[in-house]
Amino acid sequence: MSAPSVLSVLIVDDHAMFRTGVRAELERLDSGRVAVVGEAEDVDTAVAAVAALRPDVVLLDVHLPGGGGPEVIRRTSAGTTFLALSVSDAAEDVIGVIRSGARGYVTKNISAAELLDAIDRVAGGDAVFSPRLAGFVLDAFAGTIEVAQVDEDLDRLTEREREVMRLIARGYAYKEVAKELFISVKTVETHVSSVLRKLQLSSRHELTRWANDRRLI
Amino acid sequence: MTTAAPDAAGPSRRSADGFRRAHRPADARVVAGVSAGLAEHLGLPVVWVRVGFVIATFVHGTGLLAYLLLWWFLPLQAPQDPPGLASASRRGLRGGTRGPARRDVVQSAAMLAIGVGVLALMTMADGWLQGWVLPSLLVVTGIAVVWRLFDDATWNSWLRQTEGLAYVVRLLVGVVLIGLGAVYVLTVNRGWSAAVDFGAALAIAIVGISLILGPWILGLWTDLGEERRERIRSQERADVAAHLHDSVLQTLALLQKNASDPAAVATLARRQERELREWLYGRQGEATTFAAGIRELAGEVETNHRVPVEVVTVGDAVLDDAVRALLAATGEAVVNASKHSGAERVDVYAERVATADGDRLEVFVRDRGSGFDAATVPDDRLGVRGSIIGRAERHGGTARIRSTPGEGTEVALTMPVPPAQKETP
Repeated sequence: MSAPSVLSVLIVDDHAMFRTGVRAELERLDSGRVAVVGEAEDVDTAVAAVAALRPDVVLLDVHLPGGGGPEVIRRTSAGTTFLALSVSDAAEDVIGVIRSGARGYVTKNISAAELLDAIDRVAGGDAVFSPRLAGFVLDAFAGTIEVAQVDEDLDRLTEREREVMRLIARGYAYKEVAKELFISVKTVETHVSSVLRKLQLSSRHELTRWANDRRLI
Repeated sequence: MTTAAPDAAGPSRRSADGFRRAHRPADARVVAGVSAGLAEHLGLPVVWVRVGFVIATFVHGTGLLAYLLLWWFLPLQAPQDPPGLASASRRGLRGGTRGPARRDVVQSAAMLAIGVGVLALMTMADGWLQGWVLPSLLVVTGIAVVWRLFDDATWNSWLRQTEGLAYVVRLLVGVVLIGLGAVYVLTVNRGWSAAVDFGAALAIAIVGISLILGPWILGLWTDLGEERRERIRSQERADVAAHLHDSVLQTLALLQKNASDPAAVATLARRQERELREWLYGRQGEATTFAAGIRELAGEVETNHRVPVEVVTVGDAVLDDAVRALLAATGEAVVNASKHSGAERVDVYAERVATADGDRLEVFVRDRGSGFDAATVPDDRLGVRGSIIGRAERHGGTARIRSTPGEGTEVALTMPVPPAQKETP
């Protein structure tokens, strides 16, 4: 996906106050990098808005009337990038939305500058892993939290991927992870993306979709 | 569940008297949830349990009987989420209720099919089964269909009626089944297979009696639990009101008073957020584990030093002397970081790492503050030497401090912990 000069963003959240707040903050920063093109308050309006507006990035609340964030991702065609946004700390729900296909997860108390940065990165095809998400992911792969019911067959993480996850959970930025492990930032991104893929690929449906997106089948 | 550490996501599976009770998970059942519940209780893969039931069925139908009895006696349990999650589920904010995975359904169906197939083969090879296999299979299937609906509240009340048409029908079915069983016993005179036939007849009779007496017993059974749960629920509602009043309103009042001081407002808001989040999304009330201890400690530092402390934990451990020492050392490191580094945020990461020579806890406290040159820290600086390194090492742990001027500091602590015991009843 080639990143266009101005990224169009759709805000999906059932709290009007939060939508207004995010919109105002993003506009106040006036970076010229993002433009909020619309808002939606539940699954149905979100699906319709995605179809009508074709935003580059959708900021998606994890809990949403009509079936939650994952439902929105399931009902939209591939090609939209989702960044999960939540105030809930429930590991299963956060992992659930990531597994459905979101490219990253940030908490709602994130600063506007950080949010802008996260939007930029997911639009560019990267995965955005906050320390908290990295912790959830490690828990999920260790089997300490229950992830949906599908998953006795989560692929194991490689030793390197685990190391990267642990450093991110320790609060290291990608650049610092790279320095710590003597690898390039690009390699760190590759590891993170492959962790994301392992999370998302344990069901056949996702695998087909993933292969489709890349014209493998 | 193999760890002694309470599992933040899962419902508590101990009842008030401390015994671990088996139950049928409402959110992960294929037929009745007996296999899933049993597998969880015994810590076995669910496939084994299913295969076990199928195989045991060949021994005069024991498996089937056991399944039905367990179905009856194991209480159905819906997942007990913390209030925020339960409410989000109720309002449909989290997606559909989690049913069993499709693979589980297919697997169970396949195993049943194999079981029935083998049974049929045996029947063809040997005539002794022919007489009762098909009818009893039909009867049992019919009962199972009815019983599956049993779990629904409406059917539950229907089945508990002691008057009206439903009651008569139920009574009739039960009587007919018992009658069938009795007739069977009376007509049996086929030598060695009499025992088998008697067993089958008895099973049918038992099922029949259960149908008649079941509702009363079941009613008694569930009423007690239901009543207790309802009482707890209303108490919880009162708690919600009290909680909102006490904490949130207090904080709002404080915010208004401090409106001119941004740092104070941020700290207050953050503390309230943390508290509410923990309360809504679980993890509260377990201050007896390491992870809970760290979160509590982070909250205190945030309040006292006005620096956000971001805590991520993976796995957990019960508190013992060594773990308490590690907790204290962690606290010292976090306080140091928030007091001296000038960083805007302190990251704390704690993980239980399983290695070949046993488990250990690893803790990293990191700030992106001013940092210091380790060589210039005098040996007698108690904060670092005594409280952090000394504390950790006295209990068999290690402490390593890495700091670069201008880039920040990271304190890495490790502490061996006893292996996680299996939960014993």
